[in-house]
Amino acid sequence: MMHFLLLFSRQGKLRLQKWFTPIPEREKKKIVRDMTTMVLGRKPRSCNFLHWKDLKIVYKKYASLYFCCGLDAEENELLALEVLHRYVELLDKYFGNVCELDIIFNFEKAYFILDEFLLGGEVQETSKQVVSRSIEASDMLQEVSERPRSR
Amino acid sequence: MSPSVRLQEMIRVIRGARTQGEERGVIQRECAAIRAQFRQADNGTRSHNLAKLLYVHMLGYPAHFGQMECVRLIASPRYNEKRVGYLGAMMLLDEKQDASLLITNSIKNDLSHSSQYVQSLALCTLGCMGSAEMCRDLAPEIDRLLRASNSYIKKKAALCAVHIVRKVPELGELFTPASRSLLSEKNHGVLHGAVVLITELCERNPETLEQFRKAVPELVQIMKGLVMSGYSPEHNVAGISDPFLQVRILRLLRILGRNNETASDAVNDLLAQVATNTDSSKTAGSAVLYETVLTVMDIKSESGLRVLAVNILGRFLLNNDRNIRYISMTSLQKIVQTDHNAVQRHRGTIVDCLKDQDASVKRRALELSLALVSAVNIRSLMKELLLFLSSCPPELRAHTTSGIFNAAERYAPSQRWHIDTILHVLTTAGGDVRDETVPNLIQLITTATELHCYTVHKLYRALIADISVQSLVQVACWCIGEYGDLLLRGECEETEPVQVAEDDVLDALETVLQSHMSSPATRGFALTATMKLSTRITHNVDRIRSIVSIYGSCIDVELQQRAVEYNALFKKYDHMRAAVLERMPVIDKSSPGHTNGESAGGSIKEMEPTKRTQEVVLPQEPANQVCDLLDLLGGSGEPPQPSPALSTTALGPVSSTAGGDLLDLLGGLDAPLDHVTRPGKTLGPNYRLFMTFVSHSYPPQSVQLQMKAPSGDVIPAHGLGQVTQTVLLNNPNKVSLKMRVRVCYTSQDFVCQDTVQIDSFPSPAW
Repeated sequence: MMHFLLLFSRQGKLRLQKWFTPIPEREKKKIVRDMTTMVLGRKPRSCNFLHWKDLKIVYKKYASLYFCCGLDAEENELLALEVLHRYVELLDKYFGNVCELDIIFNFEKAYFILDEFLLGGEVQETSKQVVSRSIEASDMLQEVSERPRSR
Repeated sequence: MSPSVRLQEMIRVIRGARTQGEERGVIQRECAAIRAQFRQADNGTRSHNLAKLLYVHMLGYPAHFGQMECVRLIASPRYNEKRVGYLGAMMLLDEKQDASLLITNSIKNDLSHSSQYVQSLALCTLGCMGSAEMCRDLAPEIDRLLRASNSYIKKKAALCAVHIVRKVPELGELFTPASRSLLSEKNHGVLHGAVVLITELCERNPETLEQFRKAVPELVQIMKGLVMSGYSPEHNVAGISDPFLQVRILRLLRILGRNNETASDAVNDLLAQVATNTDSSKTAGSAVLYETVLTVMDIKSESGLRVLAVNILGRFLLNNDRNIRYISMTSLQKIVQTDHNAVQRHRGTIVDCLKDQDASVKRRALELSLALVSAVNIRSLMKELLLFLSSCPPELRAHTTSGIFNAAERYAPSQRWHIDTILHVLTTAGGDVRDETVPNLIQLITTATELHCYTVHKLYRALIADISVQSLVQVACWCIGEYGDLLLRGECEETEPVQVAEDDVLDALETVLQSHMSSPATRGFALTATMKLSTRITHNVDRIRSIVSIYGSCIDVELQQRAVEYNALFKKYDHMRAAVLERMPVIDKSSPGHTNGESAGGSIKEMEPTKRTQEVVLPQEPANQVCDLLDLLGGSGEPPQPSPALSTTALGPVSSTAGGDLLDLLGGLDAPLDHVTRPGKTLGPNYRLFMTFVSHSYPPQSVQLQMKAPSGDVIPAHGLGQVTQTVLLNNPNKVSLKMRVRVCYTSQDFVCQDTVQIDSFPSPAW
């Protein structure tokens, strides 16, 4: 399973953090620091896999954002790259040519999309269209519920 | 102004802050406003305020006052508020917070909500942060949803069940029936969830594993469908139909086929098909192939398939993509022991990877190369390894040197080659070798009697070239001291003869003595070597006398002591000097002065031949010597019979003869030290373990001890943990033994001791 998924910028600013195991707040901060230091310190054409404690770390850079996830030792790293890529594709479809600013200003939407793609650290839906359709429907429902109630 | 714009407005303002202080100010104001809003009654802006708080939380600021708001929002009937509330719960609440229990009821209600999107929120949150209690409460609900709902909910319920099983493994039985029937679903999302759930159940319960072995044909069918199906736009990724599902099915088949002939047979064909039909030009295909290879190697597959798998890995090694090369090597590492010959075929490519730019790839290539060393390829492979050593990154050097030494020790084709190799390593990377390299090398040199002349010439040349590498200098000094006469004689069969004058030799040693680069231990070596030369040279004995007397007032206490003793040797005991300084006997590898183990904090004392030769008692001594030492074997030989509750440790002999040395054998003890309840102890630099045999005139020759390193350096306080050291005691003649064990350690900066007497070992132990 995936233990965590982090998105951070080239300067190390956190844009999204999803934790799939219960970890105390202080330790979360430490892990984030460790990940940013490790990943940002990698040379440009290194391989995308690292070891950290007993986890496999898979990271990929998309434009100015680093997508970094921590996996159990028995996970398939190449598939994890595909998972990260799929998430980027979903964001791209939703925001239309997604960039870092989209994720900054609409962070809650990024979470909602992630929650339709992964659950409990595992992939829940393997079809792009199904995920996109679910998000659209949820957004529609949200819009309806936001309209002021007639008193 | 729509409320959501206010969130974005806040984000803009925060980002516009030019300093950390300004940002903190903005955030404090916003948080105050949010707190005020939370206290007010429902005014339609709660969800937006919580969203703002979540943003602030992501920046790293405290947001715990939002926890109750999450609980309230989750209970709201409006979807937009629930959505943000559940998001907040996942971000701010985890099972350690008390507030998380409060949402259990809301989740329960929402699981039966009429809208599937509300159900989905509840499932997602439960699957992300549900505590064991919540899971127990809601498991029946999840089971219900697994059976009777639409595919959108079923797939989420399956993964929620996975989370529940991880938290409360006993509940696995509850989900087993439902998960079996899920395998007949057509929806990929549900199928994927079902496979993950079944995998989790099988990993935790061997009976469930047995049950699901019957599902192997069904899984094979599904997999075949995926591989052979045509292009399916919905699930296609780079030509592979649903690689996520394929990989999970392969993983499940691996677990089901492990150690089981029938299951493995059933999947052989499928694996061959997948291996040959999968296009690996993109990552998705490679991921599937990779999982296939892992499955083939882990189950009882036929040999043809195994060879196919290794060849796939070999092909991966040549791939341009660095990631694929990396995982190929990690996989080869796992199978190099079991399928050694198959991996040997790819040795050339692996060795080439040593030259890769990427540090991770280099590390993997190094591990693999070391694992592939054999008697056949030792010469060529060592050439490559030495080449690698000269250009390898600093963090890999220590590992490389120790790997090279191990390989050289096991497969050296000749002693000269062995010595040459070690010398090469010392000259290239002498600063990164382990401490025991010096005594090991010295021992090796003494055994290679025909090569003494060659060795000392070579070492002398290395010494005058460079005295910065301490290990090399120490060995060189020792050799020059020991075989100085061979050096001065000039002729040597193996290398070109070169005339070395006595003054040159003494100059070299004096340079070492005086250089600021020499460590105290090195200077000790140099001084002793100088002294030993006094019996091996003819003309410059006075020069030696003056060097020795100068160091009699050296600030370094160790050097001073030696110099004073050597002085005494010149003055009062000159008649004994020749005997004391004569050539040493060949050092037996298993003699006690020569430990080849490491332990916590202790430094291995250098080989001090002149001082210790007289006092070290070699195992061949007659048995009526009370200070007999147990033969410490380095670990090979017949496996000693370990006793379960044994607390025997390395032996330090207590001799009652005058002048007997208590040798510190820094070794391992298998007794948990938890009977001493003092605050955290460190096995610091004063850690020592002494063991003595009592009530015997001598320890039995047949008893053998093997010590291992301690499991850690610190024992936590209040009995919260223990450090274990294992000592294996081999007592083939079943002699009854009594031993006394003394442990020295550091506790709160005091050096403490504990003594334990073992009066008898449990008889079943032998």
